[in-house]
Amino acid sequence: MTGRWNPGDDVIAVQRAPRPGGAGGAYRAFGETLRGMKTTMARIFEGPTTISYPEEKVPVYPRFRGRHRLHRFEDTGLEKCVGCSLCAAACPADCIRVVAAENTPENRVSAGERYAAVYEINLSRCIFCGYCEVACPFDAITMGHDYEMSDYNRQDLVFTKEMLLEEPLERTPLRNEGE
Amino acid sequence: MIPIIADVGYAEPWYVQIVKSVVLFGVAVQMVPIVLLAERKLLGRFQQRYGPNRVGPFGAAQPLADILKLATKEAFRPNTSVGFLYTLAPVISLMTALAAFAIIPFGDVANIFGQEIGLYGVDVGIGVLYVFAFGAVAFYGLMLGGWASGSKYSFLGAMRAAAQLISYEVAMGLSLLGVIMTASTLSLTEIVQAQEGMWFVVPQFVGFLVFIVAGFAETNRAPFDLPEADAELVAGYNTEYGGSRFAAFFFAEYVNILVVSGITVTMFLGGWHLPFVDPPGWVDPLVVFAKLFVFVFLFVWIRATLPRLRYDQLMSFGWKILLPLATLNALVTAVVVVATS
Repeated sequence: MTGRWNPGDDVIAVQRAPRPGGAGGAYRAFGETLRGMKTTMARIFEGPTTISYPEEKVPVYPRFRGRHRLHRFEDTGLEKCVGCSLCAAACPADCIRVVAAENTPENRVSAGERYAAVYEINLSRCIFCGYCEVACPFDAITMGHDYEMSDYNRQDLVFTKEMLLEEPLERTPLRNEGE
Repeated sequence: MIPIIADVGYAEPWYVQIVKSVVLFGVAVQMVPIVLLAERKLLGRFQQRYGPNRVGPFGAAQPLADILKLATKEAFRPNTSVGFLYTLAPVISLMTALAAFAIIPFGDVANIFGQEIGLYGVDVGIGVLYVFAFGAVAFYGLMLGGWASGSKYSFLGAMRAAAQLISYEVAMGLSLLGVIMTASTLSLTEIVQAQEGMWFVVPQFVGFLVFIVAGFAETNRAPFDLPEADAELVAGYNTEYGGSRFAAFFFAEYVNILVVSGITVTMFLGGWHLPFVDPPGWVDPLVVFAKLFVFVFLFVWIRATLPRLRYDQLMSFGWKILLPLATLNALVTAVVVVATS
């Protein structure tokens, strides 16, 4: 009884690298250096993978959650938003502000009973989670594809309804799912 | 009388010497931005990126921007530093690097405007020793810079530089012994002339390898960049340096690359000789420059490939592998030289 545990068949033969050092080690190191040099040289022939950003842009997927867009009905031109404030309620960052007003026959802005007199998104607080899009019962607000929103002034990042309804000045390149 | 300057067999008037030194200084200073840009561009390509490409066409003005930035910075000195030595250190580094550059022969004696002019700064009789002397003095630049900064990282860098110097200097000297014995001269121009039939890289291949490896250590370049190991020591001996003083260290490093490349080309790759063809004299400097840039490429290639050696790995590599190899090479060469003569 030696008290030593017998591992039985659980023994796994581990293949170890040769011990470093000595003339053999130097010889192997030389060979490995050449192998490494071959590897780095192959990278030159592969060419750069850089995307020179401001000039070249990475296309985004259609589901990409960029800056919000507000939508109108294509046939009537009326706004889809009815000022229900569900988006503001759903927003975890509390960055949407909606003030609703009644539609009147002479001033008809939206298709519903009421419309959003003020619709502001503070993009400096928005976390682009897309809950507003999910909460909206009329698909009036969706996440667009713009991601270049930096500005010099914090106030300029509060986007008003007019800004959100406008077509973006520059179209972000799109790619198909799976591309 | 023992000639201090080698027996050149022709006389160069004093004004030629002055013009030559000014021209050589200009060449060295102009090569540095080219090497700098080449290194950054190549390193980029090795890492599958473009490298600097914003300043000027294809980023060609990047070194200019770098140097302008450094030159216009304040000459700051930490409170704990020793002012005199702190200022002297980069001067030593730069001076020794440029002085060593003077000895690289770019061509044979040429006839320019009826004047016999050697295409090198100076052809000293002690040749190789001159290079080693300035290489050893350059080490004072690192050592003083690191010590006088009054910073522990700089000091560690300087200590590493000292340990590194003693590990490779001996092997480096011994690796050239074979070449010197075969050519039986110390003058670099005569060594090049001795390689007219065959470059010394062929019979002295072991010496060539040892010299290259030791050369990487001499220039403090990857994988032997222990004195300035940025990951561990911030920037080693030049941690506390900024502005034009840092630029001087930086300059010295790149001139040193050129010097080591130049010595390798001279000692092993036949200097201005080309195999099988004998071009006219004016091609000689171009041949040397082309060979120089092959080595600059090698320097960058190695830097892109190998990780930094550990302190003790460098020491044991220098003493246990490089030194025996170099000694063996020298011994075998000595036997062969004696047997064939």
